[in-house]
Amino acid sequence: MNARIFAILLCFLPLPALAQGFAGMGSEAEGFATPQPDPTFDFPADHGPHSAYRIEWWYLTANMTGPDDTPYGLQWTLFRSALEPEEREGWDSPQIWLGHAAVTTPDTHHSAERFARGGIGQAGVTPAPFEAWIDDWRMAGETLADVSLRATGPDFSYEVDLNAQGPLIFHGQNGYSVKSEAGQASYYYSQPFYSLTGTLTLPDGSVEVTGNAWLDREWSSQPLAEDQDGWDWFSLSFEDGAKLMAFELRQSDGRSYASGTWIEPDGRTTALPDGALSATPLETTDVADRTVPTTWRLEVPGRGVDVTVQALNPKAWMAVTPPYWEGPVTVTGSHKGRGYLEMTGY
Amino acid sequence: MLLELRSLAKSYETQTGPVPVLRGVDLVLEAGHTLALTGESGSGKSTLLHLVAGLDTADGGEIRINGRDIAGLDDAGSAALRRGTVGVIFQQFNLIPSLSVQANIAFQARLAGQHDPARDARLAEALGLQDQLGKYPEQLSGGQQQRVAIARTLAAQPRLVLADEPTGNLDEATSGAVLDELLSLVAQTGAALMMVTHSTTLAARMDRHVHLSRGRIA
Amino acid sequence: MTRAGLSALWSYWRCNPLQLFTLITGLALATALWSGVQAINTEARASYDAAAATLGEGTFDQLLPKSGDRFDQSIYIDLRRAGWQVAPVLEGRLTGADGPLRLIGIDPLTAPAGIMPQTTTNDAGQSLSDVVTAQTVFVHPRSVAAARDMLTSPVVADRNLAPGTALADIGTVQKLLDQPGQLSRLIVAPRQARDLPALNDVAPDLRRLSANQGADAGRLTDSFHLNLTAFGLLSFAVGIFIVHGAIGLAFEQRRGLVRSLRALGLPLRRLIALLALELVVLALLAGCLGILLGYLIAATLLPDVAATLRGLYGASISGTLQLRPEWWLSGLGIALLGTALASGGALWRTARMPVLASAGARAWAMTAGRARVWQTWLAVMMLAISLALVWLADGLLLGFLCLGCLLLGAALALPACLDRALLLAERLSAAVRWQWFWADTRQQLPGLSLALMALLLAIAANVGVSTMVSSFRLTFTAFLDQRLAAELYINARSPEQSDRMQAFLVQDGATLLPVQSVDTRLAGQPAELYGARIGPTYIENWRFLAQGTDPWERVASGEAVIINEQLARRADLWPGDILAVAPGLSLPVAGVFGDYGNPIGQAIIGEALFRDLHPEVAVTRFGLRTDQPEALRDRLEARFDLAAGQIIDQAQVKRMSMQVFERTFTVTGALNILTLAVAGFAMLMSLLTLAGMRLPQLAPAWALGLTRAELGRLELLRALILAALTLICALPLGLALAWVLLALVNVEAFGWRLPMYLFPVDYARLAGLAILAALLAAAWPALRLARTPPADLLKVFANER
Repeated sequence: MNARIFAILLCFLPLPALAQGFAGMGSEAEGFATPQPDPTFDFPADHGPHSAYRIEWWYLTANMTGPDDTPYGLQWTLFRSALEPEEREGWDSPQIWLGHAAVTTPDTHHSAERFARGGIGQAGVTPAPFEAWIDDWRMAGETLADVSLRATGPDFSYEVDLNAQGPLIFHGQNGYSVKSEAGQASYYYSQPFYSLTGTLTLPDGSVEVTGNAWLDREWSSQPLAEDQDGWDWFSLSFEDGAKLMAFELRQSDGRSYASGTWIEPDGRTTALPDGALSATPLETTDVADRTVPTTWRLEVPGRGVDVTVQALNPKAWMAVTPPYWEGPVTVTGSHKGRGYLEMTGY
Repeated sequence: MLLELRSLAKSYETQTGPVPVLRGVDLVLEAGHTLALTGESGSGKSTLLHLVAGLDTADGGEIRINGRDIAGLDDAGSAALRRGTVGVIFQQFNLIPSLSVQANIAFQARLAGQHDPARDARLAEALGLQDQLGKYPEQLSGGQQQRVAIARTLAAQPRLVLADEPTGNLDEATSGAVLDELLSLVAQTGAALMMVTHSTTLAARMDRHVHLSRGRIA
Repeated sequence: MTRAGLSALWSYWRCNPLQLFTLITGLALATALWSGVQAINTEARASYDAAAATLGEGTFDQLLPKSGDRFDQSIYIDLRRAGWQVAPVLEGRLTGADGPLRLIGIDPLTAPAGIMPQTTTNDAGQSLSDVVTAQTVFVHPRSVAAARDMLTSPVVADRNLAPGTALADIGTVQKLLDQPGQLSRLIVAPRQARDLPALNDVAPDLRRLSANQGADAGRLTDSFHLNLTAFGLLSFAVGIFIVHGAIGLAFEQRRGLVRSLRALGLPLRRLIALLALELVVLALLAGCLGILLGYLIAATLLPDVAATLRGLYGASISGTLQLRPEWWLSGLGIALLGTALASGGALWRTARMPVLASAGARAWAMTAGRARVWQTWLAVMMLAISLALVWLADGLLLGFLCLGCLLLGAALALPACLDRALLLAERLSAAVRWQWFWADTRQQLPGLSLALMALLLAIAANVGVSTMVSSFRLTFTAFLDQRLAAELYINARSPEQSDRMQAFLVQDGATLLPVQSVDTRLAGQPAELYGARIGPTYIENWRFLAQGTDPWERVASGEAVIINEQLARRADLWPGDILAVAPGLSLPVAGVFGDYGNPIGQAIIGEALFRDLHPEVAVTRFGLRTDQPEALRDRLEARFDLAAGQIIDQAQVKRMSMQVFERTFTVTGALNILTLAVAGFAMLMSLLTLAGMRLPQLAPAWALGLTRAELGRLELLRALILAALTLICALPLGLALAWVLLALVNVEAFGWRLPMYLFPVDYARLAGLAILAALLAAAWPALRLARTPPADLLKVFANER
C-alpha cells in the first residue's frame, strides 16, 4: 500500500503553495536510497526510522467492541517524510513528522492531526525499547510485541494496550512489495495479530473495549507511478483466523494494479500478484462533497473468497490534510469478519 | 385689456403698526399706450409698480395682465411673468457688473429663451451703444448704463414695460434724450409703458398721466 | 435659463479672481491638512495590521516567559509532549547600516494557518525545503537590500510582511541571532485536545497572555493617532474659517446680482440650485487640489511618523504612502462637508432674502449687533461647558470635547473682546484722528473677525502644544535622571548566567540593583509587582508625587508598598490607602511615584517580601552602581560570554530615550507651523478683500486731509494692533489648552499627569512670528491703498450710493 505515500506528499499543506512543490517530487528519488529485492531485515533496529528513505510510516488500525457489543474502530498513524536523505540535530533536521488519529463509532467519526519537526525531540521513533511518538501521542513498550498506545484530539482520546499473538508478516517478496508495472516498490511488513484492551473516551463518556489491531510498517523513496491517481486498501480478519491484505491502485486510464497477501491463522503467507484479486464498488456515499464507494465486492478466486465489504460508518471521513476516507468495515459473504478500509483520490 | 388694477391695496408692517401705502387703486392700461404715474415721495407709486412686476404681493384687490390675475402666482410663476410678459427698468439700472454690455443686453432674452442677436444689434444701434458692447458697466456713464438697461428689457420683447424713475439718476439733457429713445422704441414694439416719475415735464409726454396721492388716484 | 444664470454667477468669479483663489485655496488647505493626517493614520494602521497578521497578535493567545524575554526550547517540547498545541516564535533585532531589522522565526509546520505570509510571486520559492533546509529569509520588498547586506541566507521579497520585518524558519533565526535553543514566546492554537494538563504543571516559567490583552502598544499608538486626528481637525477648522469668510463675502457681494437676476425673472429655487451647484463644483475642485496637497504633506511627514512609532512603541510602519480609494473619498467628502458647513448660512440667507432687499454690497460680516450678541452668548455657553467638563470629563473623548469647546468658545468670544478693547481705546484717545482710527478699526473688525479667529486658534495651538512638549521634555529628562541611576544595566541570558554574574560582581565590589517582577493584577487592573533592593540609590534619587512618612524605610521593612501614578489614579489609591498586594497580604500605600512612558500599573515592595511571595522568579536583569563603568564592563565582557545588548550603559539608554522623544513631536511641530501659515494666509486674504470695499470708508478721511501714505500706514498699524490684541487673547487660551492636554487628556490617554512649566522665551518668539505674519499679510493691501489713484477715491463721491 505504498499509495499512501501520496497522502503524505500532500500533508504539508499549512503552507498552501507547498503542494505543488512536493507533488513535483515525482518519481525521482535523487539522493535517496531505493528499496531493493530480497531484503534482510535487522530487528529491532528496523522498527526504527530509516532516514535515507524519503517516506516511512507506523500505521495502526483496530476493530473493537464495547461491553454492549457496539463495534468501534481506531486509527493511529505516524508518518515520517524526509526533505533530505539524512538526519541532523536540532532545527537543521530535514525530517518532518505527521500524526493522524481517529475513533469511529457506527454514528460518529472523530479525527485529529499533529505536525512536528525532527531533530528537536518533538517526534521520533526509537527501536529498543520501542517508542514512536509525536507530541503526546505515543506507541511504546519494551518490544514491538507488547506496546501501549495513546492519542488525544479535541473531542476524543484513547489509551489501549496491544499484545502480539502471532509473528510479523512480510508482504510481496519477503517484504519487498512491488506497487506498479513500472517497478515502484517499498519495504513492507505488518503485525496483524495484536489483541487489544483499553479505554476510548468519547464526548458521551468512556468505553472499555477489546478487539484486535493491525500494524503496518512501510518505507520507500519512490512514490506512485505518474499515472496512478488513487487507491483502495483493505485489511480484513476473517472469523476462521485467516487474514487478507489487498490493495488496488487506480490508474488514470481506468485500469488498475491490484495486489495483496493471504495470511493463514498461523502466519504463513501467500503473495497475491496483480490479477489474483478484484474489487468492485457496489454502493457509494456522499461525504464532504465527494462520492465515495462504501460497499464493495471483493473476490479472491484462488482462495474461494467472494465477500461484501461494508463500512461500519460510511461517513468515516478524515478531515485532515490531505483528507481521505479511513474506517472500520464488516465482511459478509463467503467469509465473515471485520477489518479496515482506506480510500484516497476521490 | 393689457393691464387692469381693481381696488389694489398694500400696507407695510412697521414697529408702530401697519402703514397703508395703497388704499384701493383702480387703473387700466391698453396695449400700445403709455402711462405716467406721478406723486410725492411715499405716495405709493413705486410700490404699485413693484406689485405689477410681481416683485411684491398685494394685500387686497386684483392685478390682471392679459386678463389673468397674477395675485396667486408663486415665486416661479412671477419669475416667469418677469421673464416674458413684463419688463422692468430700474432707477439704479441693475446691470450685472461682471458681464459685458453685450452680454447684459442679451441676458434677459436668454433667460426668457428668446434671444435674437440681430434684434440686440438693432437696439444697441438705436440707443447709440454699438461702440460700447465690449465694455463693462462700470466703464460707462450713467446715461449709457440706463440705455443698456433699456436695451436689455426691450430685447426680451415684453408686452408691458415698467419703468421706475428711469432717468432719476441722470442729468436733464441726458434724461430727455434717453426718454426720447425709450418712447420711440416702445412705440416700435407696440408694447405698453407704465413709467413712474416725479417730473411733470416727462409725464406730459405720455398718453395718460395718473397722479397718486396718499395711496389713491387723485 | 440655466446657462444664462450660470454665466452670470460665474462671471462674478472671473471678475474677482482673488476671492476665487481664497475660496479654493482655503478649502484646499483645509482638505489637505485633514487628508494628510488621515493618510498618515491609514498607512500606519495598514502596517499594524500587516504586522499583527504576521505574528498572530490579537488573534491567538500567547505564552510568554514570566521573567526575562527568552526561554529554552525544551519548555516548548515539554508542552508539546504534554499535548499543548503551541507554535514557537523567536524574535530579535539585527542592526545594519540602514537601521534595525526585526527578525521573526517561526516553525512553518506548527504555526497556525495564516501566520506565514502567502507570497503570490513565486510558488516554488516557498516550499518547505526553502524555508527549512535552504534557510530562506522573507522580508518586505523595501528591506530586501538591507537584509541582503546583513544576512548570509537567501533573501526573498514578500509584500505581505511589515516593513523592517524579516521572517524565517526558527532554526535560521536562532542562528542569525546567535540564540541557539532559545524562544521568545509560543502561539497557542485555538483548538486544543481535551483533558490538557494545567500550564503551571508543565511550564511553570511561562504565563499566558490572552489575545485581547496584548494590545498595549495598540492603545498607545491609538492615542498618538488620536492626537494627530485632533490636530487634523483643528487645521480643518482653521481652513473652514477661511472658506466661510470667502463664501460669505462672495454671497454678500452678489446680493445685487441676485436681486437683478430675480428681477429679470430667474426663479428663486433655480437660483439656489445654481448657487449650490457652483459650490459643489468649487468644492470638488478644491477637494482634489487638497488631496494632492495632503498627499505631499503625508509623504513628507510619514518618515518622521514612522520613526516616532517605531522608536516609541516598537510598531513598524511603512515609510511610503499608497493612494487608497477610501482616502480619496474621505478627502472629497470632507471638502464637500466643509463647503456645506461654510455656505449653509449664506445660502439660507439668500433663500430668505426678499427680492427687493437693498442691493448695497454691505461688508459681508458687518452684521447688526444682534448676531454679535448671539455669538457672544454661544461663546459663553461653550466656555461654560468646557469648564464643566474639566471636572466631569471621564474618558479620552470627553477630554477632547472639553478641548474643542474651549477652543471654539474662545474663538467665538474673540470679536466681542476685541470690540470692547477697541471701544475703550476710542474713549481714551483725545485726538480726533485717533478717535477716527479706533472707530474705523471697530467698523472693520467684523470683516476681519474670522481671520482673527483663525489666527487665535493657530497661535493658541502653538502655545499649547509647545508648552506640553517642553513640559514633557523637562519632566522626562528629570525622570530619566532619577530612574536611570545605575551606571550599567545587565540582561542575563539565563538564571544560571545571572547567578554567576552576580557572584562575580559582589566579589568585584559593585552594588547590584536586581530587577525582579511578576505580572499580576492589582486592584483589578493588570499590573507589575516589583521587588526592590532598597538602598541609597532609591532613597536619594526617587521623587514622589505624594508620600507618607519614610516611604522607603517602610517598604524595605516589608510594611508598605509604593505604587506608580497610573495605578494610583486608576484605582484611586493614595498614601494611607490599603492595597492587596497578593492573596492574604494587604499593605498601606506609602508613596506614589511618577512613571512616564509605562502604560500599566506598577507596585514596588521590599526584596525580602517579594522573595517570600515569588520564590520562583529568577533575577536576570539588574542595574549596577560603580565608579568605573568602563572598566567593569570590560571585566564582565572578558569573564562572560555576552551577546550584544546584554550590557547597556546609562548614557546609551538616556540617549536612546531622548532620541525617541525628540522624534515623537517632530510631526506635531510641523503641523503647528502649517496651521500658523494657514492662519496668516487667512488674514492676508481677508485684508485684501476688505481693502477694495473700504474705499468708501477711507475716501472721506482722505478728503478731510489724510494723505494716502498716512492711510496706508494706518492700515498697517491697524492690522498689527488687531493681531497683537488677538495674540494677547491667544496666550492664556494656549496655556489653558496646554493645561487641558497635560492634566486631562494625558491622564486619560496615558494615565499620568505632567507638571506644567512656562516658557516665556518660546512665547515671545511665537508672538514675534505672529506679528510678523500679520505684518506680511497687511503689507500688500496697505501698499495698494497708499498707491490708490486719487481718481478712484473721487469716484466714491461721484457714484451713486
